[in-house]
Amino acid sequence: MPITRLFIANRGEITVRIIRAAQGLGITTIQAYSEADADMLAVRMADESVCVGPAQAAQSYLNVEKMVAAATAARADGVHPGYGFLAESPAFARAVAEAGMAFVGPTADTIERMGDKVAARQAAEAAGVPVVPGSKGRVDGVDAAAAVAAEVGYPVMIKAAAGGGGKGIRIATNEADLRKMAPQAQAEAAAAFGDGGLYLERAVQSPRHIEVQIMGDGTDAVHFYERECSLQRRRQKVWEEAGANCLDEETRAHLCDTAVALARAVNYRGAGTLEYLYDPTTKEFFFIEMNTRIQVEHPVTEMITGTDLVQEMIRVCGGEKLSMTQSDITRTGHAIEVRLNAEDPLMQFMPWPGVVGALKIPEGEGIRFDHFLYEGYTIPPFYDSLLGKLIVHGTDRADAIARMSAALEELEIGGIKTTAPLHKALARDASVQADEFHTQWLEPWLDAGNLTTSANGGQT
Amino acid sequence: MANIQSPLPGTFYHKPSPEEPPFKAPGDPVAVGDVIGLVEVMKTFIEIKSEVAGTFTAYAVEDAAPVTAGATLADLA
Repeated sequence: MPITRLFIANRGEITVRIIRAAQGLGITTIQAYSEADADMLAVRMADESVCVGPAQAAQSYLNVEKMVAAATAARADGVHPGYGFLAESPAFARAVAEAGMAFVGPTADTIERMGDKVAARQAAEAAGVPVVPGSKGRVDGVDAAAAVAAEVGYPVMIKAAAGGGGKGIRIATNEADLRKMAPQAQAEAAAAFGDGGLYLERAVQSPRHIEVQIMGDGTDAVHFYERECSLQRRRQKVWEEAGANCLDEETRAHLCDTAVALARAVNYRGAGTLEYLYDPTTKEFFFIEMNTRIQVEHPVTEMITGTDLVQEMIRVCGGEKLSMTQSDITRTGHAIEVRLNAEDPLMQFMPWPGVVGALKIPEGEGIRFDHFLYEGYTIPPFYDSLLGKLIVHGTDRADAIARMSAALEELEIGGIKTTAPLHKALARDASVQADEFHTQWLEPWLDAGNLTTSANGGQT
Repeated sequence: MANIQSPLPGTFYHKPSPEEPPFKAPGDPVAVGDVIGLVEVMKTFIEIKSEVAGTFTAYAVEDAAPVTAGATLADLA
C-alpha cells in the first residue's frame, strides 16, 4: 500500500527535506514537534502538525509511545523517522509496524541485527564484505600470536582479550616487534585483568572514512556509489564528498558491489549506508558498521547521481519495487557538502543558539542549501547545533571546491555564529585541495591553530 | 543577597550527573569560581561558576528545567 499520509517523527533540517520529498509525491505530511519547536519551518510547511510533548527529547522525539500514539491519532499510514532520535530504534520500528503503519526504513529485525556489532560483522563477512582482519578469538603465547599476525597482516594491534578501553594496546609493525611486545602485553593483561589472553587485529593507520549508499526494496538492492567523509571533529563529520577520488575504479567497483551483496543478503528495505575504513597505502577497505537510515550527507550522492533518495525510500517502504536498476545509476562530476552548525569555531566550537537575522542564501546552478532557517526564527538550545548543509556540484573536485568557496562567500546567516569560517579555511587549505587527509587529520590541524591563522588572513 | 544567572539558554542541571548530589546545598559556602550547576546547550555542557562569594541559599529553578539567557539560577546570601 503506497503511503498517503506521512507522519514525520523528527525535527530540524531533515524534516524540511522529507516534507519536500513527500509533497513531490503528492503525499499529505503530518509533522511532529515538541513544545520548543512550535515555530520550526517544517511545522509551517507541513499539511498538519501535532505537538508530541515537552522540549526534553526523552519526553518527545525519543518517546516511542507518544510518537506512535500521535501518528495513529493523525491517521497516518506511514512514519518517516529521519536520522538520529528514533531512526534506528528497533522498538520504534516494531511499534509503528504493529500499529499498522509503514515504517520508512528497514524492518525492526534488520535494524536490530545491523545495530549489533558482532552480528553486523558476521553478516558482512558472509556476504563477502571485507572486515578488519583479526584473531578468531583469544590468542595464548608468543608463537601463536606470531602465527595469527602473519595471517592478519602487519601492522597489527595487540590488545588484552579480557580488557577494554584501550588499556595495554600495542602496535607491532613486524614479527620482531611482535615477539618483543606480546610478552609485555600478556604480562600487563594478566596483571590488569587476571587473564593474559591476547586479541590481535590489523591496525588501520590514518584511515579514510568511506561509505556506500545503498537502497533496497526488500528483495532487490542497488548502490549509489560512495562518499568520502574523513574530515571529522570529535567523530562528527564536518565536510563530505561524493565520490571518493582516492579510490581507483577497480576498488570502487569491489566496494560498491559487496555493499549491494550485503543489502540483498539481509533483504534490506529503504536507504542504508555501509561505513568503511580505507587504507590508501594498501587500497584495502574494511567494513565497520551499517547505518539503517537516511544520512545527513545524502545530498552529495543525490547531486552526482541525479536521484531523490528520500522519495525513493518513501516509495519502497510503501511497498513499491525500486524504480531503477543498477545500470540506470550513473555518476557525474563531484559534490561537496559542509555542515553549518550554530557554533563559534573560533571559540572552541561554543554552541551559539539565538535569533536568526538577515539570511542571504547562495543560489545558482549546482548549489543547494538544505536548512530549516527563516529570518526571525529562534533556534532552540535543546537539540543539536546543525542548522543546515551547503552542497555544491562541480565538474570535478577542484571545480567543486572553487564553487564551495564562492558559495560560502555569498552565504550570510545573521544574528548567530556558524561554522562557515571553518569551511572557508578548509576550502583554501593546501592539504584539503590536494585530497590528502584522513580521519585523524582535522583535530591536530585545529589544535595547531590553522583556523585562527586562516581566519586572520594568514596572520598568526 | 546576590544571584547567579545563566549566560546561555538551555537546560539547567543541579548535579554533575544524575547519580551524584547537587553541586551546592543550602548553607554551603560559595567561593568565586565555584561550580554551582551545568547548563546544557545544544548537547554541550557548560559549567556555571559563581562570580561572587557568599553562602548558598537555594536553586531558583528546578533540576533539569529549561532556562533562558539571563535567568536566575541560584541565590546566594
